[in-house]
Amino acid sequence: MTSIGTGYDLSNSVFSPDGRNFQVEYANKAVENGATSIGIRCQDGVVFAVEKLITSPLLVPGKNRKIQTVDSHIGCVYSGLIPDGRHLVNRGRDEAASFKKIYHKKIPVEAFADRLGQYVQAHTLYNSVRPFGITTIFGGVDDVKGPQLFMLDPNGTYWGYTGAATGKGRQSARAELEKLIAKNTSEEGDIQLKARDAVKEIARIIYVAHEDNKEKEFEVEISWCSSEETQGKHKLVPQELFDEAVNYAKDALAHLEDSDESDSDADSDADSDNDNNNNETNQDNEGDIALEQ
Amino acid sequence: MNHDPFSWGRPSDETYGAYNDSIAHTSPFPKMNTQQPIITGTSVISMKYNNGVIIAADNLGAYGSLLRFTDVERLFPVGKNTVVGISGDISDMQHIEEMLSDLEIENNYDNSHAEDDEALKPSYIFEYLSTVMYQRRSKMNPLFNALIVAGTENGEPFLKYVNLLGVTYSSPTLATGFGAHLAVPLLRRVIDREEDVAKTDLDLAQKTILESMKVLYYRDARSSRKFSLAIIDKDQGLIFKQGLQVENMNWNFAKDIKGYGTQKV
Repeated sequence: MTSIGTGYDLSNSVFSPDGRNFQVEYANKAVENGATSIGIRCQDGVVFAVEKLITSPLLVPGKNRKIQTVDSHIGCVYSGLIPDGRHLVNRGRDEAASFKKIYHKKIPVEAFADRLGQYVQAHTLYNSVRPFGITTIFGGVDDVKGPQLFMLDPNGTYWGYTGAATGKGRQSARAELEKLIAKNTSEEGDIQLKARDAVKEIARIIYVAHEDNKEKEFEVEISWCSSEETQGKHKLVPQELFDEAVNYAKDALAHLEDSDESDSDADSDADSDNDNNNNETNQDNEGDIALEQ
Repeated sequence: MNHDPFSWGRPSDETYGAYNDSIAHTSPFPKMNTQQPIITGTSVISMKYNNGVIIAADNLGAYGSLLRFTDVERLFPVGKNTVVGISGDISDMQHIEEMLSDLEIENNYDNSHAEDDEALKPSYIFEYLSTVMYQRRSKMNPLFNALIVAGTENGEPFLKYVNLLGVTYSSPTLATGFGAHLAVPLLRRVIDREEDVAKTDLDLAQKTILESMKVLYYRDARSSRKFSLAIIDKDQGLIFKQGLQVENMNWNFAKDIKGYGTQKV
């Protein structure tokens, strides 16, 4: 950290001599250590997922929701400082409600992205505030452009994505997203993936992204907003689909590990058939904690 | 020196004459609220049956006696098992529509049970609407409407009425406006008291409602042929039929009616 001791990292509204705003860069550090969040834009909607590290065995499984609904057609998830995200979502709800009150229409996702972006950017300008310690992934389905997905950084920039990932596991998640999207894109460049299939893939990617952080227990949370599946409303995925997705993710991961191990260790081959469909076995062999609802 | 603080800072009457409201185009009142509706929707009619409720309203927005707007939807589904039917001022109706949609969106915020345990029930919606109606009448600025909230709750049909005065009541058959005079007697032929609900099935109820819509179209000069009908059944859920028409009419008597317009009697 070359910035430490120079004094230019103490205030938000002051540039360093080489044109950087260190407070915003530190905000990114908060994001980089946060739980992994992912979003995928599909043919018929968007899908969100987040990794929830279990910080205490006393927490109730399946509760303490992280993904939030901003307006009926917009969902939002973020990595970094959770209270900052809660505040940003409150702001987003006000913006969406105000748009609806004025224009009597649902806010287009792009207009919503612009408003959130401006709000976050304003927090890089003043000495009296600190930047948001979150990278936000949000999106939904609107009448103007159909399914859209955006990712918003602490400095206020937002870009549209087909697949977005942030937080601790972002690098492996992005690699997986790139593969997934390359495989499901037509020659014209349109995404062919259906939200229902994306739910399974996104669960798998959360599991893959968690691999580097294996010793910690975690839960997954998945939501979607699809014109075909949820009438354009943002909702948590139904329990059966969720279970199906998690099983798919665990199977895919078991396969991955089998092939890894068979390269180095031939002994594990004997167990590999059991591993594929049996989570209990998986848990015993790998020392990995299978998360059950 | 005029010692009345109320006249300070004003042009003196001695020099300029008394302040003239009509030149300044000001209202003679400090503030004025809605005194009458402008575009209006006519009756909403509804009744319970053994497995739910039916509610119907035509699609007309009348400007006085002019049938000005002919595709106004006046039934609003809220959540999975409630329909709100609104008669009276259409602009106030649109305001209520917005309040209801906000209510639904806000109920979804951070609510894992918005679809089941904490879904909006007819009684919640009615409580909200009746409170708003009473509050507005108490501010002397009423919403010029009469509403019927219909739905199913805990396996029972739900039907309640509230109007611009904040008056509420419930009955197994309900109607607003002209329908309260013309349709309710017809509905009561089928369901006169709460016990009759159990004996009335969906077919009979629907037939009764359709017949009442026909009578209303015959006799209510501010009604339209086109109407919407919603059934909230405790098993089948919400069935919303739009673009229905009053059928099987016989207007042969019309040629014999004398005594209006330019006819010679």
